[in-house]
Amino acid sequence: MEVIFSVQPFAAVLVVLGGAFLILFTGEHRRNLRETWTILTSLILFSLVVSLTPTILRGGLIEFTLIQLTEGVALQLRVDEFGMYFGLLASGLWILTSFYSIGYVRGLKEHGQTRYFFNFAICIMAAIGIAFSANLLTLFVFYEILTVATYPLVIHKETSEAIMGGRKYLVYTLTAGVVILFAAIWIYSMTGTLDFKPGGFVKGHGTSSTLTLLFFLLIAGFGVKAAIMPLHEWLPTAMVAPTPVSALLHAVAVVKAGVFGCLRVILYVFGPEVLHELDLWLILAYVTAFTVIVSGMYALAQDNLKRRLAFSTINNLSIIVMGAALITPHAVTGSIFHIGSHGFMKITLFFVAGAIYVKTHKQNISELDGIGRQMPITMGAFAIAAAGVAGTPPVCGFISKWYLALGCLEAKQIVFLFVLLTSAMLDIAYFFPIIFNSFFKKPKDGVVLHFNEAPMMMVIPLSLTAIISVVLGIFPSAIFNFFNLASLAATKIFGGM
Amino acid sequence: MMVEQSPALIVVVPLMCALITPIIGLVKKEWCYYWVLLTLLAATVFSVVTMGRVLSEGTIRYFLGNWDPPYGIEYVIDHLNAMMLVIISGISFLVAFHSKESVADEMPGRIVFFYTIFLLQVTGFIGIVITGDVFNLYVFLEIASLAGYALVAIGEDGAPLASFRYIILGTVGACFYLLGVGYLYMVTGSLNMLDLAQLLPELYHSKVILVAFAFFMVGVAVKMALFPLHVWLPDAYTKAPSSSSALLAPLMTKVAAYVMIRIMFTIFEPCFSMEMLPVTAVLSWAAVIAIIAGAVMALAQRDLKRMLVYILVSEVGYIALGVGLANRNGLTGSILHILNDACMMMTLFLIVGAIVYKTRTRTIADFRFLHRKMPLTMAALVVAGLSVIGIPPTCGFFSKWYLILGAVDAKQWIFAVVLLLSSLLNAVLFFRVIEYAYLEPRAEDDHGHEEEGVIIRIEEAPVTMLLPIFAGVAGIFLFGIYSGKIISTIIQYAVPTCF
Repeated sequence: MEVIFSVQPFAAVLVVLGGAFLILFTGEHRRNLRETWTILTSLILFSLVVSLTPTILRGGLIEFTLIQLTEGVALQLRVDEFGMYFGLLASGLWILTSFYSIGYVRGLKEHGQTRYFFNFAICIMAAIGIAFSANLLTLFVFYEILTVATYPLVIHKETSEAIMGGRKYLVYTLTAGVVILFAAIWIYSMTGTLDFKPGGFVKGHGTSSTLTLLFFLLIAGFGVKAAIMPLHEWLPTAMVAPTPVSALLHAVAVVKAGVFGCLRVILYVFGPEVLHELDLWLILAYVTAFTVIVSGMYALAQDNLKRRLAFSTINNLSIIVMGAALITPHAVTGSIFHIGSHGFMKITLFFVAGAIYVKTHKQNISELDGIGRQMPITMGAFAIAAAGVAGTPPVCGFISKWYLALGCLEAKQIVFLFVLLTSAMLDIAYFFPIIFNSFFKKPKDGVVLHFNEAPMMMVIPLSLTAIISVVLGIFPSAIFNFFNLASLAATKIFGGM
Repeated sequence: MMVEQSPALIVVVPLMCALITPIIGLVKKEWCYYWVLLTLLAATVFSVVTMGRVLSEGTIRYFLGNWDPPYGIEYVIDHLNAMMLVIISGISFLVAFHSKESVADEMPGRIVFFYTIFLLQVTGFIGIVITGDVFNLYVFLEIASLAGYALVAIGEDGAPLASFRYIILGTVGACFYLLGVGYLYMVTGSLNMLDLAQLLPELYHSKVILVAFAFFMVGVAVKMALFPLHVWLPDAYTKAPSSSSALLAPLMTKVAAYVMIRIMFTIFEPCFSMEMLPVTAVLSWAAVIAIIAGAVMALAQRDLKRMLVYILVSEVGYIALGVGLANRNGLTGSILHILNDACMMMTLFLIVGAIVYKTRTRTIADFRFLHRKMPLTMAALVVAGLSVIGIPPTCGFFSKWYLILGAVDAKQWIFAVVLLLSSLLNAVLFFRVIEYAYLEPRAEDDHGHEEEGVIIRIEEAPVTMLLPIFAGVAGIFLFGIYSGKIISTIIQYAVPTCF
């Protein structure tokens, strides 16, 4: 295997860090300059990340050791297919979110904009770091940075509701961090290494009960951000954050970091063999299947649009983890691909919620009747993305669901196929009334009947993400080889078997 | 020449300069500040030079007045106390740098006395760590303690009483130590540490030795404020002036912890310390209680400085726990935590000094809008807080990593869980402060549109205060990121080879 030593992955992290401080020191008074930094940083970051892609597609790895921390563990970045995939997703979506954010905070004349953009950039830095981490410790370092940097964004509104949401978020995520740390230290004490390896590295160490305990500690730790029930409570509460935060962080960076961590644990720490041997995969699959169904039902009951989206997020995150837990090549491919496809679709949905809020100050689904006539582009994008989440072709959600379904059959677990299909039904049940009502019902108060869209700064990003969702559905590898990366990652994991 | 004499100069220069300080104060009392800075800068340079020599040549033995040991006093500098010397001189330099406005503000009539005692205090600390003689150590311990009592007593209302309590307990602790020294001398006829280390193993079954060891441990535990012998600390450090507590809080407990490590692993053999008496078990459990009790007591405080003081009690527990685990990773974590905690505590106490100087309050509930008034100081507080919580890549995380690793290696699950739990307690403590300082509660649906709300002008602390604070912040990050380097070049030689 080709391993290239290059400073590029670290440069990507540094660029964002530098950008964040430029944003901080530019401050409120020169806000156009400040926004320029955000956009510029996101573009540089993205091109840096993209420039890494060819090597990865050739099957190589890119490695950079920052500093040796202790015997066998270094602060080290290593880009592999899976990390590349997540890195591309986070950095790509950051560009769109930056434009959208600017439209959003200016549209609402938010306070504390500098703090907002600064913390946003730090979060992205952490997400990129998580994507490129070579071992569990490095991942943990960035994971904790992400936890802390998200907090100011959750409490951004500084209402008592937001403060409570922030506290709850901290209690959940910091406790989770501690649990992960404990498990990581235990694994290190047992194996002397924490380096991710396709197919896992703990095989042959520890007793089966120790391994079982460690597996559940790690999954519980990462499962908090991945919002696996019963650890999901913080996510709907954290929806008090401004919408772009919910969009990028709660649909892509933060929760996906949790999912990413879960997948790293399942596929790169424990690996198929150990999980099969101990039958852990089945337990995890059942837990996540439970989450998939129950969160879908919860979503039905929500009237607040963002809360409904939050529960839909929980639903999809668990689908991803469930796919990985099945540990068959197709299921893993589908699961990894769904990280991206769900990212594009869900960010569109959140963008729409934000656009509606900025334009009409409406947050509840029951007030949205007829809004499709006022904001046809926005609601059109919503319709596309919602259909995609439900798994309708030709939107990209279909591809991931198809592979996940294949994976269920491969694993000879027909139950999970039914779970997937039921979840798709639930998706339709909680999204389609919104689409129908917004286009065909008699408008409610405050909805005008002529074309009156949100600012272009917001409409363009959300249209773009909707279009990308469709393009990805038709040509899954057209954009940055998303599908190729996912299947390459799966091949490597199962190649070792 | 200077390089060769540097071990002696580290002690002699601050001592002599302390005596000259009043004379300078007679001429012009503002000059004392610069004089102290200059002295401590010199001490720092000597420490760094000595450290460099230790790194390249190994242990340095310096015979004071050319008297051969064990008759004369010997200074022995190995990796452990070379590191301690740099910590002590570096931190006291930064605290002195910070003290200019604070001292003039809090005790305008006593500037000269303060700086004189300040230097004596530093001399005491340096002497304790540099000496290779148990009785000489006692002498320096008393210098440090007496200076400490004085530094506490010049504080706010109630400080003299707090200082008096400190004197009583501190003296009891010192007496225990002195009795231990006496017993050892009685049996072996020697006071030199290396000599003792050679003489003692044959006598390990003597009851006198066991009693001496127990006395040592109790005496040092009082000085390092290990729970339940910490009772003198909260009042003394809260009521002391800002600059005094910024000097004492990071260093006194760490120096005592150093003495404990010296006694357990240099004077006595590690196997003796671990097997003859259940010292490590007692130490670990006391530490565990200290960690939890300190954090819980801190939760009950409304005063930021008092909260920090209780956190200090908890941090001392970390160091003691690492020693008590008595394995390689545990002790590594412990020594690393001496460095990290000194850095964090210095930063935090300096921040309190800056806040008091600017706002005249330490009550956490009065911190509203402080992030607009003192944005840099508050940013530093957040970083230091995150480090105490143990969020990577700050240094607090890495010492915690080794301590937990040590606990897991020793299969002491309870200790590992307590360490993790204390992270969460610290998170509650610091995020409470952060919430007060950063958040401006708003009504529902009010976006607090820009430019609205209370207009607060920036009133940042003076540069002399900000520079040391940010030196501390830089230390928090650098010691974190380079912890691997620090361990591989220094700490791994400080840990006894038998582990």
